[in-house]
Amino acid sequence: MVSEDLERVSADVCLSRGLGRSYGDASLPPEDQPNVLNTRLADRILSFDETSGAFRAESGLSLTELNRLLMPRGYFTPVSPGTSIVTLGGMVAADIHGKNQHKDGNFGDHVTSMKMRVADGSVIECSPTQHPDLFRATIGGMGLTGHILEVEFNLRRIPSQWIWQESRRIRDIDEFQDALEDAATEWPYTMGWIDCLARGKSMGRGIMMTGRWAESAEAPPKPPKKGFQPSLRFDWPSWVLNGLTIRLFNELYYRKQWRRKSSGIVSNQSFTYPLDAIHSWNRMYGRRGFTQYQCVLPREAGRSSAKRVLEVLTSRGGASFLCVIKDFGREGLGVLSFPRPGITLALDIAVRDDTQALVDALNEQVLQEGGRIYLAKDSFTRREHFEAMEGQRLDEFRAIRDRWDPQRRFRSAQSVRLLGD
Amino acid sequence: MRVAFLGATKGMGRALARLMAERGDSLCLLGRNPTDLQRSAADLSVRGAGAVVPCVPCDLEKPGMFAPAIDAARAALGGLDAVDVTAGIFATQDELEADPGLAERLVHIDFGNTVLFCEAAKKGLLAEGGGTLCVFSSVAGERGRKPVIIYGAAKAGLTRYLEGLDHKHHADGLNVVTVKPGFVKTSMTSALEPPPFAGEPDAVARQVLRAIDRGTPVVYAPSPWRLVMAVIRALPRAIMRRVGF
Repeated sequence: MVSEDLERVSADVCLSRGLGRSYGDASLPPEDQPNVLNTRLADRILSFDETSGAFRAESGLSLTELNRLLMPRGYFTPVSPGTSIVTLGGMVAADIHGKNQHKDGNFGDHVTSMKMRVADGSVIECSPTQHPDLFRATIGGMGLTGHILEVEFNLRRIPSQWIWQESRRIRDIDEFQDALEDAATEWPYTMGWIDCLARGKSMGRGIMMTGRWAESAEAPPKPPKKGFQPSLRFDWPSWVLNGLTIRLFNELYYRKQWRRKSSGIVSNQSFTYPLDAIHSWNRMYGRRGFTQYQCVLPREAGRSSAKRVLEVLTSRGGASFLCVIKDFGREGLGVLSFPRPGITLALDIAVRDDTQALVDALNEQVLQEGGRIYLAKDSFTRREHFEAMEGQRLDEFRAIRDRWDPQRRFRSAQSVRLLGD
Repeated sequence: MRVAFLGATKGMGRALARLMAERGDSLCLLGRNPTDLQRSAADLSVRGAGAVVPCVPCDLEKPGMFAPAIDAARAALGGLDAVDVTAGIFATQDELEADPGLAERLVHIDFGNTVLFCEAAKKGLLAEGGGTLCVFSSVAGERGRKPVIIYGAAKAGLTRYLEGLDHKHHADGLNVVTVKPGFVKTSMTSALEPPPFAGEPDAVARQVLRAIDRGTPVVYAPSPWRLVMAVIRALPRAIMRRVGF
């Protein structure tokens, strides 16, 4: 179902979705209620104050469109995920984080107000002061508290559309965590790529990328050009990405950073959205596709926790094409927001017969470390694992759902799998 | 360019109005739902249509509103260079056959009242010494076809009217642009299965804007539909009786 008028059509639908890019089943309907409301035509900007940056739009507005319109005018979202192919509604529902999580938190921390259609059919405004329980449960609530119709937040001024980037070669997982911790104090944007196939002493080797907005004086005078955008037009056969090709890619990518440290000016597009450069890159994984696994390991679990999780991956021969590491600085505002102070690992895993077993093993380890997983990416976690990870937070989420949606009108394939309703 | 726009809140009209706003055209929005108009006005304003985008009430079901709405738009914009009409309704042949009231409404809105609105727009533009009247008809009006008999007939009538208007007033400085969209993926067609060559509203809008700038009298959008319709027009009756499209 798709319409410009969300308020009119959202009355009897159990779930909204934006651009359908969440990796798991969060935007899929439960089997017995096949209708989902697609918000992408509800994409009007409703107000924008150039002085304060205050911005309000319908929830289907995509970040691509927002960037296209307002980056040239010197404004950018306070928090951006690693793809711009997301809607504002999706950014709230997943309470997305970005390379500046250690400094600026999640997207939800910057939302000032939302208009929602809730289970009793009414359309209401919620904010940190108006229906704060609904507000907090909706941020990171994966669409299970109601339809998000409008989102209001504050845009930030940026000095240019360019980023001053520094990349550094990192020898192993311990050095990585030290480097991220050091970088967090001086860089607004940090993240790292890990070669997941490196074992033993060089386990966790990779490249750390840090960045800050380039001042207008150091930035090129012209805005970045929109270059050729390749697109994968068909699914690659599943044998293309095998242990060997992934090893080769990882080796080359690591060697590319042959200098210990390099720096320079890059466009925000290539720094913040590297994967958006290849349209439909996901087809690389063939017909069975891939899953992502992202967890956060709390600071209390100690330095070696990341190593233990990576060991689970490598010992099972789980080849991950892309593995990202990032430190989190603070807990999110949402009841079920994913980030907490600690270290996060995100792994791309091609779906094979043993994927369920691999995810189970990773979850067992994450549970032992006291960590949790990111719902926006999950499609394999078992309910008992999820409940054990979330504990009290899940009780609070259920209590708020009981208050606002006792009959469970809002559901998804993910809520059926992980929450049981 | 100063543009009075009937239908800018949804679908292809929204896409076209946005392109115009982004290049700095001045827009005045005509429509029946004031809240919805205001929301589109805000959107277009942020996109570059100026600090204030005026809105004027105008309902395609109420012909008495047409001339005053055009006058109000002229006054609000301080003149008028173009009038765009993308408004209209759609219903499937089955729905129209089941509900004669709906059929009557559709023929009134998509043909009779759109013609009357264009008459008012024409007068307004001629009073300014000419300009562009851009109206969305449809490829459905090219041939009597089973799935779009009534809707197609209304659009066929509209196309003929616009053709005659072009013949009569081209010399007076009135450019009539007749847009014949093929299948375009909008909320209007969201319940239908997209055929081959289905278009996106943005691409259609870019094509239409070029036609407005150049004064191209007839636009098929997306362009492969020109060829598709040429073939369909050439099919003999015996075949049209058998096929389902």
